[in-house]
Amino acid sequence: MKKLIIALAATAAALGSFTSGVQAQEKTKVCFVYVGTKTDGGWTQAHDIGRQELQKAFADKIETPYLESVPEGPDAERAIERMARSGCALIYTTSFGFMDATVKVAAKFPKVKFEHATGYKASENLATYNSRFYEGRYILGQIAAKMSKKGVAGYIASFPIPEVVMGINAFELGAKSVNPEFKLKVVWANTWFDPGKEADAAKALIDQGVDILTQHTDTTAPMQVAAERGIYAFGQASDMIAAGPKTQLTAIVDTWGAYYIKRTKALLDGTWKSEQVFDGLKDGILTMAPYTNMPDDVKAMAEETEAKIKSGELHPFTGPIKKQDGTEWLKAGVKADDGALLGMNFYVEGVDDKLPK
Amino acid sequence: MLEAILLTIITAATPLVIAALGELVTERAGVLNLGVEGMMIMGAVCAFACSYLTGVPLLGVLAGIAGGAIFSLLFGFLTLTLVTNQVATGLALTILGLGLSGQIGESFVGIPGVKLQPIIIPFLSELPFVGRLLFAQDITFYLSIALVVCVGWFLFKSRTGLKMRAIGDNHGSAHALGINVIRTRYLAVMFGGACAGLAGAQLSLVYTPQWVENMAAGRGWIALALVVFASWRPWRVLAGGYIFGAVGILQLHAQAFGIGVPSQFLSMLPYAVTIVVLIVISHNRRTTLINTPACLGKPFVPDR
Repeated sequence: MKKLIIALAATAAALGSFTSGVQAQEKTKVCFVYVGTKTDGGWTQAHDIGRQELQKAFADKIETPYLESVPEGPDAERAIERMARSGCALIYTTSFGFMDATVKVAAKFPKVKFEHATGYKASENLATYNSRFYEGRYILGQIAAKMSKKGVAGYIASFPIPEVVMGINAFELGAKSVNPEFKLKVVWANTWFDPGKEADAAKALIDQGVDILTQHTDTTAPMQVAAERGIYAFGQASDMIAAGPKTQLTAIVDTWGAYYIKRTKALLDGTWKSEQVFDGLKDGILTMAPYTNMPDDVKAMAEETEAKIKSGELHPFTGPIKKQDGTEWLKAGVKADDGALLGMNFYVEGVDDKLPK
Repeated sequence: MLEAILLTIITAATPLVIAALGELVTERAGVLNLGVEGMMIMGAVCAFACSYLTGVPLLGVLAGIAGGAIFSLLFGFLTLTLVTNQVATGLALTILGLGLSGQIGESFVGIPGVKLQPIIIPFLSELPFVGRLLFAQDITFYLSIALVVCVGWFLFKSRTGLKMRAIGDNHGSAHALGINVIRTRYLAVMFGGACAGLAGAQLSLVYTPQWVENMAAGRGWIALALVVFASWRPWRVLAGGYIFGAVGILQLHAQAFGIGVPSQFLSMLPYAVTIVVLIVISHNRRTTLINTPACLGKPFVPDR
């Protein structure tokens, strides 16, 4: 039905412009491939909000078709290829697991531009874009250490990829900057999206004594469990305050819209180039949800850290940092480079888990 | 601690047991409905919508049951009246259910739901340990246990149950004996749909009181596997559901506890255990064949 309306509207628009003597220009297609549903309340929803902002910004110049719930793996390649064949000029693939599929399809369609979120493989027509989520997670860690009575937080992780490991480490480093004894328990759900399983993982962590929860999975189920059990939690990817008005301390909110608009403008101007973008809090690709449910001094600390990260005064991964086994990773004063961050495959000291290989 | 773990296991196992029991009855009547996942998700969205709009979660449970049953009628009409292929129709039902529920539920996303409150049974719930576990649960848990008992009695102790099993084993003979094959199968399909809907209601009202698209996340498929796992016996469905739930929850606890076993291995465990038990059960081919409905998935056209 929706499609029919769009088609009718397009026809009407075309007729209208014909009568006024102006040739109707065909709209450029900027396409999106999502791993979840656009209303998951987390990761994919954040991308879809970005897409809507993009559509609004270039309302008469582009259309933004999207595919939802595309599984990572061989199906992803088919889905991306379908998008490429359908005449998309620029395709966003918004999950780490789409990386190899995007690389393959990009090689097959040299004239189509691709941008892959959170990956590290680029080429002439394949750019990557990523957000420094770890900056936000460092702040979460600091808040957790202040707010936790037991000194143990629980972390619901998805898959053991560098992105997630980096987040866990940033959280622990933030917490340790406040309380050097702070411990972090990690449970791997091995899924991005399964409300039931995420809730089970949250319950397991709480039953084992954590009193702060944070998650790197996509639904609000853990927030809901935290609310039920009366502990604090952090939202992920989207502001999850609705699921826990008295539970959410803050959330890392992905704000992709400005980036999508900037890149699409480059495409329309003909200045698009393959880049590897890695933006953070200061660029606005990542924002913190309002700091709520915490005393003023904790809020002030969080705001100060946020300001310091934005100004570049503070880099969460600054030595001295020891690995989990006690060996030295970064000497005092040394900052980790982006390559080391994006390929991170070890825990820092204080994480109470063995990293799955 | 142990109590907390057991409570989590009960919540995880209940939807599996309910949905599998419904499918067991459907399959005992000789109909293979692969649409459990779709009916479950329809139940979940109907339950959430009704409970949100009326503010009464118990009405939500009824709506879930009704939603699943009505949705299963579509499958019944296609496979029983129009005699389409059951496997293909079932798969289509799942895909349709996933899409349709997403459409219906679009405006309910992100709204915190109302949790179905437990019904605390006086006196019994004060028993040490088991009281809190077994007698202070919500209605879906009580229904799941009642269903196991009732389905067990119905299939193997009642006359109607005997007739239904006869249809599943040989619909031609049953028809010749004057049993109304199509009508019985319609009822069996609807019972399966109602159970799947109830399981879905448990998901969106008890397990995680919220609506998100695709929230069944494969539990319908696990329920289907449980039926085979249980070799079409109700009590084994109960056992299988709880084994599956327990292994799934315990692996999370093992991780939180800091046991150095790779999480991928732990996530695989429930499925690995299922396979091992299947091998053990099916090691005696004869007993397996006795339990399998002989006409499972075969189309029936009454000759007049």
